[in-house]
Amino acid sequence: MTAGAAENAVEAVFRREAARVLATLIRLLGDFDLAEEARQEAFTAALEQWPSQGVPDNPRAWLINTGRNKAVDRIRRDVLFRTKIVELEEASVGSDSFEMLDDTDDAVFGDDRLRLIFTCCHPALNSEAQIALTLREVCGLSTQAVARAFIVSEETMAQRLVRAKKKIRDAAIPYETPDPSTLDERIEGVLAVVYSVFTEGYAVTKGARLIDVELCGEALRLGRLLDALLPNNASVMGLLALMLLHDARRLSRVTETGDVVLLEDQDRSRWDRSEIAEGLLLVERSLTVPGHISSYGVQAAIAALHVRALEKQATDWPQIVALYEVLLRLQPTPVIELNHAVAVSMVDGAARALNLVDSLAARGRVTQYHLLHAARARFLQQLGRLEEAREAYWCALNAATLEPERRLLAARIAVIDKCSGSAPAGR
Amino acid sequence: MNYLLLIYSNEAEFAALDQAAVKKMTDDYMDFTKSIIQAGHFKAGDRLRPVSAASTVRVRNGKTTITDGPFAETREQLGGYYLVEAKNLDEATAIAARIPGAKLGSIEVRPVWPPAA
Repeated sequence: MTAGAAENAVEAVFRREAARVLATLIRLLGDFDLAEEARQEAFTAALEQWPSQGVPDNPRAWLINTGRNKAVDRIRRDVLFRTKIVELEEASVGSDSFEMLDDTDDAVFGDDRLRLIFTCCHPALNSEAQIALTLREVCGLSTQAVARAFIVSEETMAQRLVRAKKKIRDAAIPYETPDPSTLDERIEGVLAVVYSVFTEGYAVTKGARLIDVELCGEALRLGRLLDALLPNNASVMGLLALMLLHDARRLSRVTETGDVVLLEDQDRSRWDRSEIAEGLLLVERSLTVPGHISSYGVQAAIAALHVRALEKQATDWPQIVALYEVLLRLQPTPVIELNHAVAVSMVDGAARALNLVDSLAARGRVTQYHLLHAARARFLQQLGRLEEAREAYWCALNAATLEPERRLLAARIAVIDKCSGSAPAGR
Repeated sequence: MNYLLLIYSNEAEFAALDQAAVKKMTDDYMDFTKSIIQAGHFKAGDRLRPVSAASTVRVRNGKTTITDGPFAETREQLGGYYLVEAKNLDEATAIAARIPGAKLGSIEVRPVWPPAA
């Protein structure tokens, strides 16, 4: 084998195996940093040895064994880790079977990846740390890429990751899949992390870009991984369906110049049909798991009704209103109340929807939420109350932080000014 | 009568001490501990890991929530303690959630440094 070919082989193996090798090394070594160094050394050794000795039959097991041996050597050299070596030697007593790992042992590696996910998404870590660790350790993003996703400096992100790993070590957060009594709750925590990655990608909360494709892709990959590791789970399938059905519309959500295109104005021929097909199948499966209705599944069912309509007039709004009412019972949040009101406006008209939104605003929990003001403005406009509509659009514009959304709202105000023939309000 | 002596200090100030000062402090603690053991006052004592290793457990409406960090509500006052042995944080927080006070207040779960070798 030529040096170049060997390098390519190592790189291909690295891409395929890096995450699995790390997950297993963390279990064997009991430490994130030690495992990361061990993996690095194993891949360096592969680059040195594979060109002359050939790629081993089971590269994954070779890398894990090599990494573990390198780590043990390192610990032996370092007297500070004397107690660690005892633990490791005790742990390796039963590890003969490990030497014989082959490709039929995918279940073992799957378990290790699941352990890693549950550890990174442990509730004793703050939610920012959970998301950052998951992107870094489970998805294998570089610290620089994770920093970019959070819009912080690489140094700040590196410190955040160090602190999170220190907490795992110091507080003895276990590297384990939770026991059945807490599993469902812990899965919800993991899914919240995955959905945060997706929404941060899909509706960036800061800056000038609207969509971060890389984050959406990572969230979908995580969703698929969880679906493979925890098959037939209503919440996992529901979330994966929800993300797929949103992602299918990604290309039509923004114009080439970076402006927002609302659902009703999107070019439906640009929606990704294969993602929609996969999503629709998963919604069905999520909602038919006995004994468990997942709020992600219900949200996905709403998204499914939108994407099933080949023209916007074909949208089944009464069914969407009914699903929002189910969702409100599962998860009574102001955002869902607002979305429910928007759906009601399509069935019962703007007057009833305006009442719902005014009642939500009167409870005072979301007065700074720009979409609430935007929805109010729209209902008022439909009712011909243009002065009040303009006022509400201004409230929305003042509360909105994303440039593309601000442009959309400013355009709405301009339309009202034109219709009512008055001069633009000088504010 | 038993008394609980709670040691408060500024972690950042402690971290800024030089090696000699840390050694002096450690030696002073050893001497102090020995002296109260000899005098028959000592019941238990441990050094805690920093607040960065702390988690907080609360039980509300039968649901346990675990959050990162120490308890933060200044309207809550320290009312008691348990020292428990657990195999990891999950076991420790599960025990903490069973403390009746977790339903009203919060339980800070802080790992203890292993005794110096």
